[in-house]
Amino acid sequence: MDMKVSFRHPRLPEQLVLDARDMALVTLIQRGLTLSTSPYAELGRQLEMTEDEVISRISNLIDAKVIKRFGVVVRHHELGYRANAMVVWNIPDDRVSELGPCMGQFDFVTLCYRRPRRLPAWPYNLFTMIHGQDRNDVQHNIQALAAHCGLDELAFEVLFSTRRFKQRGAIYHKSAGKE
Amino acid sequence: MDELDRRIINLLQAGLPVVDEPYAAVAEQLGIEEDELLSRLQLLLDKKMLSRFGPMYDAQKMGGAFSLVAMKVPAPRFDEVAELVNSYPEVAHNYQRDHNFNLWFVIATETQQQIGEVNAEIEQRSGLQVYNFPKLAEYYVGLQLPV
Repeated sequence: MDMKVSFRHPRLPEQLVLDARDMALVTLIQRGLTLSTSPYAELGRQLEMTEDEVISRISNLIDAKVIKRFGVVVRHHELGYRANAMVVWNIPDDRVSELGPCMGQFDFVTLCYRRPRRLPAWPYNLFTMIHGQDRNDVQHNIQALAAHCGLDELAFEVLFSTRRFKQRGAIYHKSAGKE
Repeated sequence: MDELDRRIINLLQAGLPVVDEPYAAVAEQLGIEEDELLSRLQLLLDKKMLSRFGPMYDAQKMGGAFSLVAMKVPAPRFDEVAELVNSYPEVAHNYQRDHNFNLWFVIATETQQQIGEVNAEIEQRSGLQVYNFPKLAEYYVGLQLPV
């Protein structure tokens, strides 16, 4: 996801403060590295930094977890993961910190967050994103997850997406029940 | 896509080394030449199986505020309300889901306070309740799928 990088010198928990050169780098590498022998040297040429400076700044951003992952970004749909669902669970408060990490072990779970309940309308406090080849495969993965983590007694709901909207100008496309 | 392509994608999803010649380092791990790795990666990019090589940011660590927000929109009003929500530049993603909570979107702003302001405005303009679901804890962000 591309995002605006307009925040000024935010202070990080690890005491790393992003300076103007970090911000220039953060903005540029969103577009992706080139496929060439020395991609960091090429970034440096565009930013008037040495290759060493680029490497050390990116390493610092990874260490500070500003960059969660630095690697290839795949297109799920083209790679055969044609369905995904937001699956929400009602987990007793005293078990969330045990069951959250358990669910996160599975490769087909790409997000796992605790969020507040909104009672009475919304009793669910653990939100997961679960992928599969198709909707049946997603359901199968949910069953596997429930069995492995001992979730059988817990209430959950599966929310498949039916449309994905584009951000600007309310342009959307029908995605025929998949994304 | 053959077995080597799969190995390449799975290895590179875990991370591209931050060293002088990262593709050469990956090629060595795979037991192939850098040229072969680069040409296979180019092909996977051309076929749109991969989108790019780069970072996934933790935007919160850069000082922004984020929240997942949901609404229960009556079916006849769905398109109108979705359009209202989409008109906000702070709305980053927006999905229709098959549930009575049928509209789900992510708001990204510079401060926490602005999240509340955008939500209040959407609530006021739509006449519908907005349910805010800020992240309380994160147990996993893998964003990697084996192929």
